[in-house]
Amino acid sequence: MTNPAGTHPAGANPSGIGASIRRREDQRFLTGRGTYTDDINRPHQVHAFILRSPYAHARIGGFDLTAARAAPGVVAIFTGADLVADKVGSLPCGWQIHSKDGSPMIEPPHPPLVTDRVRHVGDQVALVLAETKAQARDAAELIVVDYQELPAVTGTRDALAPGAPLVHDQAASNLCFDWHLGDPAAVDAAFARAHHVTRIDLINNRLIANAMEPRAAIGEYDRATDDYTLWTTSQNPHVIRLLMGGFVLGIPEHKLRVIAPDVGGGFGSKIFHYAEEALVTWAARKIHRPVKWTADRSESFMSDAHGRDHVTHAELALDANGKFLGLRVNTIANMGAYLSTFAPSVPTYLYATLLAGQYATPAIYAEVRAVFTHTVPVDAYRGAGRPEACYVIERLVENAARELGIDRAELRRRNFIPPSAMPYATPVALEYDCGLFHRDLDEALTLIDYAGFPARKADSARRGKLRGIGFANYIEACGIAPSNIAGALGARAGLYESAEVRFHPTGSVTVFTGSHSHGQGHETTFSQLVSDRFGIPIDKIEIVHGDTSKVPFGMGTYGSRSLAVGGSAIAKAMDKIVAKGRKIAAHMLEAAETDIEFNAGRFSVAGTDRALGIADIALSAYVPHNYPLDELEPGLDEQSFYDPKNFTFPNGCQICELEIDPDTGVTKILAFVAADDFGKVINPMIVEGQVHGGIAQGIGQALMENCVYDSQSGQLLTGSYMDYCMPRADDLPSFQVAYHEEAPCTHNPLGVKGCGEAGTIGGSAAVMNAVVDALADRGITHLDMPATPERVWRALRDAMPAQAAE
Amino acid sequence: MPTVTITVNGNTVSRAVEGRTLLVHFLREQLGLTGTHVGCDTSQCGACVVLVDGRSIKSCTMLAAQADGREVTTIEGLAAADGTLHPMQAAFRQHHGLQYGFCTPGMVMSAVELARTTPHLTEQAVRDGLEGNICRCTGYHNIVKAILAGAEAMQVEPVAQAAE
Amino acid sequence: MYDFDYLRPTTVADAVALLAQRSEAKFLAGGQTLLPTLKQRLAQPEAVIDLSRIAALQGIREDGDALVIGAMTLHADVAASALVLRVIPALAALAGEIGDRQVRNRGTLGGSISNNDPAADYPGAVLGLGATIETDRRSIAADDFFTGMFETALDPGEIVTSVRFPVPQRAAYRKFPNPASRYATAGVFVARTVDGVRVAVTGAGATVFRVPAIEDALAADFSPAALTGITVDDDGLNSDIHASAAYRAHLIMVLARRAVAAIS
Repeated sequence: MTNPAGTHPAGANPSGIGASIRRREDQRFLTGRGTYTDDINRPHQVHAFILRSPYAHARIGGFDLTAARAAPGVVAIFTGADLVADKVGSLPCGWQIHSKDGSPMIEPPHPPLVTDRVRHVGDQVALVLAETKAQARDAAELIVVDYQELPAVTGTRDALAPGAPLVHDQAASNLCFDWHLGDPAAVDAAFARAHHVTRIDLINNRLIANAMEPRAAIGEYDRATDDYTLWTTSQNPHVIRLLMGGFVLGIPEHKLRVIAPDVGGGFGSKIFHYAEEALVTWAARKIHRPVKWTADRSESFMSDAHGRDHVTHAELALDANGKFLGLRVNTIANMGAYLSTFAPSVPTYLYATLLAGQYATPAIYAEVRAVFTHTVPVDAYRGAGRPEACYVIERLVENAARELGIDRAELRRRNFIPPSAMPYATPVALEYDCGLFHRDLDEALTLIDYAGFPARKADSARRGKLRGIGFANYIEACGIAPSNIAGALGARAGLYESAEVRFHPTGSVTVFTGSHSHGQGHETTFSQLVSDRFGIPIDKIEIVHGDTSKVPFGMGTYGSRSLAVGGSAIAKAMDKIVAKGRKIAAHMLEAAETDIEFNAGRFSVAGTDRALGIADIALSAYVPHNYPLDELEPGLDEQSFYDPKNFTFPNGCQICELEIDPDTGVTKILAFVAADDFGKVINPMIVEGQVHGGIAQGIGQALMENCVYDSQSGQLLTGSYMDYCMPRADDLPSFQVAYHEEAPCTHNPLGVKGCGEAGTIGGSAAVMNAVVDALADRGITHLDMPATPERVWRALRDAMPAQAAE
Repeated sequence: MPTVTITVNGNTVSRAVEGRTLLVHFLREQLGLTGTHVGCDTSQCGACVVLVDGRSIKSCTMLAAQADGREVTTIEGLAAADGTLHPMQAAFRQHHGLQYGFCTPGMVMSAVELARTTPHLTEQAVRDGLEGNICRCTGYHNIVKAILAGAEAMQVEPVAQAAE
Repeated sequence: MYDFDYLRPTTVADAVALLAQRSEAKFLAGGQTLLPTLKQRLAQPEAVIDLSRIAALQGIREDGDALVIGAMTLHADVAASALVLRVIPALAALAGEIGDRQVRNRGTLGGSISNNDPAADYPGAVLGLGATIETDRRSIAADDFFTGMFETALDPGEIVTSVRFPVPQRAAYRKFPNPASRYATAGVFVARTVDGVRVAVTGAGATVFRVPAIEDALAADFSPAALTGITVDDDGLNSDIHASAAYRAHLIMVLARRAVAAIS
């Protein structure tokens, strides 16, 4: 059944699993008392300004720093040569892909400050430190850089063209890797016997995450202890400590503390290790003063990793009944100028592995060529590969339905993987554990009133408007990832999560989690897990995250993994608490351990009324006067590292209904519904909020957002909100979202799947399918994103005239 | 350097500022009121919205010197002295109108002015009224709900309204 | 921003005198364009002269068959003015669509037209209504005022003090906002007056301009149907990643029809 937020039956515990309790973090955010990195100031700090390349591609002949060094307030100016002299390393890439021929991907160095060549507008050229930010910027303008501009290539397809300017000399034809997945022979055979083939060429447009908090970093060095501290806007401070400490600056973990305080959104863009983090940390030691850097938004546009940017040709083979026989996909993925932290995984293992979607397509083959261009590096952005996969599949399915004259819902039904086939091994390397795809579709059809659509379309037509409806049946792989599988696929790190659950003597609890909350509400959701298990009120629970000196370890928050992996780690640590508590209780209650039952915070002797609360157990553990000291150590503080057994597979159906004004080409979304399966849901209110936000970003990609480079000059044309179109409140409708809990994840202790990206996975496909549906009467079969007013208007202008009968 | 005297959240302060000092930097750096955020440099995102003489403005697009002699209310000045949330703040919490909270102070300040100046708010009026505030988290769905509820609460709590 | 001296005169004469004393000075009205420009370091004035405390530049009043609006009147105040709403509702509506609420709470009429951003809304009303721009030294007809992209007939150091809008019989403004910036991609102001029909287009060209073909057609028959078959030449219209010149030319006709429909 569907549980609207706020009405979920919460059971006996008002703050337990399933309760839409209000968020604990909101009090500070609503009163202006959040602590974001830029809100922090360190005694005696200096301000950093990073001089960035104005060119897409240029050779640097030299620098003249004389005037800049003499400018008021300047403390120091550094260039790439200073980093080289200090043996500062390259920013590492955390995932290695091998090409079809077995060769490793081309992995060029990515220096925090360039030495002789800039490779994208915004590349880091020099670091200026001054007493104020304005002085640092004033001085940076006095730096004379001898640039010799070189030809640049920014287009994804253009990168492979013969004679294209090379981004890195070692990457011939700008090719980073040429990778594939699946069985080409089986796919060829499927196409050979196809009754019908649907083909599509599409572009998955480049996006910019645009978390509203610009990135910032503060580096500090303690001369007395040789300790470094970095405050940074990161989704995963431990990963930054590992990458920066281990590979860039050579600082061992015990000497480097990384703190990610309140972080104003990430959407993937704050996963990665960025040059500025290394620069402020390194410079703090050079000048023996804290160094603070905060990006201007225009800097963010040219230095935050971008997302998506695929060019794809895809073909779907069907039999006479509309059964999918085979899928063939050929994609070129833009990596930008350098390999960002997880970039190579996005268009490969996070993309091609999802090309089965919800369908029992027996044969799939994908080829992906990754290319370098003179653009900002591209990496994971909300959904990361999976929205791209969903877009390919769902655009093909929708066009196939139209070409074959089969209702789009019916065509999907014919091809769904049935629950009886679960667990289901796809032809692209995943094993889905569960999913009720028919159910999601039926619920979404009800929510949107699919049966009433023809009448609504006719009504729109009477008003001179073109109405369309579009579907996206999505599935994603979340809860990344079983470390052994990730390792086999090229990951250079484990992907478990850690947790520590510390009971205090008087019964309150501190949880230390390696997940990081930057809007997801972990302080609330994770507290609910603990409250539910231990039966203690939420105000006795504290969730600590984002500080490597407090939390044992952490892989952080991305890929909708926090609850499935981080939450499961907490669950496992709580298991250990209960196991130890059971022994203590057995001793105190003078019963056999096997007779001790634990329920909602009470240890009781089976069949008796003898019981102790967990707070009593905790007190005994810290004041062990009546305690099994021969068997047990005092204390009640347990740690766990949870490594998932499989990915989780959130899935659902999204349907968008919209209306196009043919006079202007303006598209207005009238309704958007989502029927989702996230497994077990801890806080419905928070889950629905995550879905809303995801949908908005999906709609944004489909209708508004687009990162555009000038193909000649390599300049970023969408370098501010004047040109990069962010969805605003009046661009969007209210959403209808529903979920069910009938297919809990089968392999993690909480039964949860993850919800952070779901809205985005199908959002753009649903919108574009609806746009094409609205235009289909005019013979339009495809439109690339974003479907801007002018693009729609042109398509209509160039299309066949409206049928008189319509 | 000119000296400005501004009443911020009821406290009158005088400080020397550079001509170029923006109101938002004055609030954040000189007064330590870091609840007002900077999310862009083209006056669009609205994370910096505060009230000046009761009107919502973008404090990144106003010089501190221009606020000389004015009354400024920031997010820190909205709740009652005893910590009781303003009805609009309470509505944002109740309706989950925020996720990572960075746009939130500006959203709330804009919402307060919107509610105060628009007698019968509708969903469309709220959406139109938020043209100057960008949120990347919520898809605005719950923000709109929160503002409608907050506006209603402000109507029935004249005391809170009069105090502003 | 580069640093500058901040000056705040209380009379127009003082403002003009201050500007004359400085080699590189700028008047600051609402600052909603100037401050972003300074933040981008696209200008480096030695002094900024704030006009906001000059009482003579404030206010809205009816004067015979015209509405006179002080140069420093805020967009929000024009939008909410009972007088403007009664006398020229299209002008109030236009002011209420400029930028966003916060911009309208700071931006001013005089600032907008003196800056003459090609995508600004107010020039559409000023030209469309055939207004007269009053300055500290003369009156300038709207037809002579907007001379080019970010260029006006104002002399260096000349201050707009008010704008006199003749009251039309009916008027309407229709705008197609740039989806990102919300500035006008194209905006069409149509006014029906005792002297005839005026149609001004903003956002689409280097500066606001009138469209005689539309005016003539509407003079003969003030109805949307009268515009059938009329096209605007896209030669010289603005073109950017959001809207080509051809699209803007098309939008002008769509907006013109809609504005006419709103008042016919």
